[in-house]
Formats: sequence, C-alpha cells, structure tokens
Amino acid sequence: MTVVAHEPHRPTQTHAEVTRDVLGTLKTPSRGYYMALFGAVFMFLIGLFTFTMLLKDGLGLAGYTPPVMWSVYITTFVFWIGIGHAGTLISAILFLFRSPWRTVVYRSTEAMTVFAVMTAALFPIIHIGRQWIFYWLLPYPNQRFLWPNFKSPLLWDVFAITTYFTVSTTFLIVGLVPDVAAIRDKVSGWRRWIYSQLCLGWTGADSQWRHYTRGYLYLAALATPLVLSVHSVVSWDFAMSIIPGWHGTIFAPYFVAGAIYSGIGMVLTLLIPLRKVLHLEHMITDYHFDNLGKLTLLTGSILFYAYAMEYFVAWYSGNIFEQTTFWRRAFGPMWWAGWTMIICNAGVSQLLWFRKIRTNLTSLFIISLFINLGMWFERFVIIASSLSNDYNPYAWAVPAVTWADWGILIGSFGWFLMYFLLFARTFPVVAIQEIKDPRKHGGGGH
Amino acid sequence: MAKKIVPGVLASFAHLDAATDAIHSLKARGFRDLTVYTAAPNHEIEDALDQPVSWVRLFTLIGGLTGCTAGFAMTIWMSQDWPLLVGGKPIAAIPPYVVIAFELTILYGALSTVAGIIIMSLAKSLKGRPFHPRFTDDRIGIFVPCTPDQSGSVRALLTEAGSEEVTVHGA
Repeated sequence: MTVVAHEPHRPTQTHAEVTRDVLGTLKTPSRGYYMALFGAVFMFLIGLFTFTMLLKDGLGLAGYTPPVMWSVYITTFVFWIGIGHAGTLISAILFLFRSPWRTVVYRSTEAMTVFAVMTAALFPIIHIGRQWIFYWLLPYPNQRFLWPNFKSPLLWDVFAITTYFTVSTTFLIVGLVPDVAAIRDKVSGWRRWIYSQLCLGWTGADSQWRHYTRGYLYLAALATPLVLSVHSVVSWDFAMSIIPGWHGTIFAPYFVAGAIYSGIGMVLTLLIPLRKVLHLEHMITDYHFDNLGKLTLLTGSILFYAYAMEYFVAWYSGNIFEQTTFWRRAFGPMWWAGWTMIICNAGVSQLLWFRKIRTNLTSLFIISLFINLGMWFERFVIIASSLSNDYNPYAWAVPAVTWADWGILIGSFGWFLMYFLLFARTFPVVAIQEIKDPRKHGGGGH
Repeated sequence: MAKKIVPGVLASFAHLDAATDAIHSLKARGFRDLTVYTAAPNHEIEDALDQPVSWVRLFTLIGGLTGCTAGFAMTIWMSQDWPLLVGGKPIAAIPPYVVIAFELTILYGALSTVAGIIIMSLAKSLKGRPFHPRFTDDRIGIFVPCTPDQSGSVRALLTEAGSEEVTVHGA
C-alpha cells in the first residue's frame, strides 16, 4: 500500500485517501464560502465604482496634490507585489532546498502569488491617469519612432513585474497539470471534459514525468533569482531617486525581506480559515504553521534590523535632510503611521520566538493581521512620509487621503479574494502529486 | 478509421517494490519500450528504467541565452535609434540594461522550458497504449508492448512479480 506522512512521526494516509480528501475540497461549497465570495465581489464592485469615478473626474479625486503625488495607490501596489513574494519563495526556493513542509502549503501560496501580482498590476494602470494609453509603457514602434527610457527604474519595473507574473503563472499551471489529471479521472460529465482539456493529455507515464520533473526543477531555478530581483527592482523605483528617506543602499534586501514577511503574513491569514472551511486539518497541521511562523520570525527580524539600520544611517550620514525625514517619521505629523509600522512588523514578529504562539492558530491569525496592517503602513511611511517633507520646508504637506483612495484599496482586496476563492473551488489547493512523492515529505513512503 | 491499438500487456501494481522488480525482470528479458504510469514521480522507477537525463535542459539554456541577448540587443539598439544625450552619460549604458536583460533571460528561459516539457513529452507517442484511471490515484501501471505470442510469458512474469491485475491488449 502506498502511503504518505504529512509530517514526521505522524499517522500516515494512503494515496487513495490523499486524492479523496483533496478532491473533497472541490465538492459543493458551504454557505460560508458563498458568503465570503459575495463579500469579495461586493468589495470589488466598490473598487470598480471608484475607478469609474476616477475615469470620469480624474486623479484629483484621489487627493493627488504636490508634494505627495504618489500615495495610497503606489503604497498598495508595492503592498500587493510584496504579498506575491511568499508564494514563489515557498514553491521555488524551498523546493530547491528540499524543505519537506512546503509540500502541503505551496499550491495555495502559489495561487495567492499569481492573484496578488494580478492585483498589483492594476495599480500602475490606475495611477498613470490616462489608462487608455497604458501601452505607451511598452517598447513598440510608434509613429514618432520614440522608444521608452530603459535607464528608468519604472521601466525596469514593467519588465520585472511582467516577467514575474508570466513565470509565476507558468509555474502554477505546470504544477497543476498532474493534479488536474487526477481530478479528471475521478469526476464525470462536463467536468471531466473540462479537466481533460486542461490537463493536456497527462497520464503520468514515465516519458512525461522524466521531462516534467527536469523542467520543474529548471523553472524553480529560474524563479528563485527572479523572486529576489522583482522586489529589488521595486525598491529601486525609490532608491534611484534623490528623495530623503529613499537613499539607503540596503533598500533591495530590505524590500525583499519585507515582501516575504508580508507574503507569509497573507499566507497565514488565508490558510488558517481555509484549512477549516475545506476540512484539511489533518493535512495542514501545527508542523506547517510552526515552520511558517519560523520563516515569519526570520524575515521579521531582518526587517527589525533594516529599520534600525535606516535610522542609524540617517544619523551617521550627517545629512540634515535625511535626519529630518527620519525624525519626522517618528515624531512628525505622521508619527502614527511610523509607529504602526515599527510595532506591527519589528515588534509583533518577535512574539514568534515562542513555539506555543507559533502553533496556536488564534494567536498566529491575529499576528498575521498585524503583519498585513504593518506592511501596508511600511510602504505608506516610506512613500508618503518621504515625499511629504523633502528639501524645501515651504512645500511640506501631509498627504490628502480621500474616499477614492480607500475605495480602490477595498476594491483591490475584493478582486484578490474573489479570484482566490474561485481558485480554491475549482482546483486542488493542496498539491496531490507532491504529497504522494516520497521525496517531498518528512516521513512515510512506500 | 479504426483506433490504433498497440498490442501488449498492461499490469497494475499496488506496491512499488513489486513494480520495480517487474521492470528489472522485463528489461532482463529484452523488453525496452515499457510505459510506466505513476501518480507521482519516483526515483526507484527512474532508476529501474535507467533513462538518460531529459533534454529539457537544452531548451532552458537556449531560451535563457536568447532572452539575455534580446534584452541587451533591444535596449542598445533602441537607445542608438533615438540618441538622447543626458549629462554627458553614454547613450547606451550597460549597467541599467542588465536589469532588462536579466528579466528577459528568466522570461525566455522559463517559457522555453515549458515548451521543452511539452515537445519532449510529445516525442514519445502514447497513442494506442492502454491506461487506467487508478494510475493517477494509487496504483502503478506497467504496459509492455509485445506480440500476441509473447503475451502469455509476459503475463506470467508480471503476475509472478506481484501484479494484482494483468490484462492483454490487442490480442
């Protein structure tokens, strides 16, 4: 009998039971699922309404005033791009490190990545104002023979995010193919026909696995430097400029650590209720949450160090503009945002030193909400507080945040959750074939 | 037109050891063109089949190199095509273009890897070879293409190795 163990020293499941349990998540959903989906669609409609108003009245509706022309939209853009980093970290980097605990959680985090990047990709479009000519960002031959400025970090971002979205979507789809075939062989009628088309004729023959496993390895190897590069490029959107507060040479690793930290925060926020709703408690266990908690602690501690180093560099630089910016982050008119960021990220993450907290799902869920809040505020502080007080005190101003900012922010959460919930209903959120692979988990085997 | 059927014997195994023993025995008897179905990739099966490393790596390499070349070529050519001198800096500056070239290396490398998986998997046609839905669930399947004369001995070999179900196809 072929069996697997989801964690070391735990009871095992047969392969047939794994298929049955994961397929069970695709059956008629509960009322709670429909309520969550309805809520997500409603939030999305709020965003759609706000966007329509922006098209009609222009970006002034979102409080775009000098000196803070980049405020909530770009903050939320960086926030969602950051969320998208945990998925590829868990699916690609931990795959290369052969971490056994990733197997059960990686599919849902990978899907989260794709939907988070899809959400983030909306924001540059919303932010540019004249959305109908967004394609000017792309290098295509136009009537004036003009080309984009490839020396601009904003254009690097276009390439980085387009590549990241394409590769993470490809990675998700490639990983899904054998599982979709497993579903095809268990369902009937029109669903069987659809899954048959989606699995591209997969049968699990050795001639397929031989190329598939190699290809998957290379995809992971390509996605690993990509995930590190994308948020580095996002950080250079800021670090390449001369605004005080954006000068740190640690910006790239600081942003990457922050991205992974925020991504895992969102993984926890989604996974804790999801495992209950889909009855996956025996698969996604304390062992997995303990490891996710450790990863959160590691990245949270890197952030702690980065925050301290930013203040140190500002003080040590002797540059009055840099020093003033950091003084005002803590004690200026936006002190509440600065302290929310420090407490939620550097402070709350340190609670995860205790195993009892890492394995208590209620405390972990609450911590994950603080992480989401703290990481949104981190981007808001970096962007809005730096822009609000640059070199000329006469021009200083606190950003004007309006209902249109919140409308789009709420809409982005709705857009993201809507896709995630639809995915969880249509495809297996736990990778069936990887659980059955004896190389990929802590114990069991054939 | 009649559906093409590859004649042979299909066996289903519940245990990996029995399946690998069967593969070794079949190979010892000269059966090379086996098709082994598993629900997940498996080292023991790969070792028993002893197949060469996949050529997908070549697709990844060529894709990556093409992307890198395309990244530098596009940025340098487009800068030269509309030369805009700023601050006495070079028209085509390599350091910022490394970012674009890097991203395109990954993009082309990943897409050609996927193309490689599809092309290489299609290189061996599985048309006419029998398959059972349980092979994507909890059973290991071995299909041995053979003539009707050989099917009796192959069937006996697979049963002896521990197969729980053996069927003859195209007899």
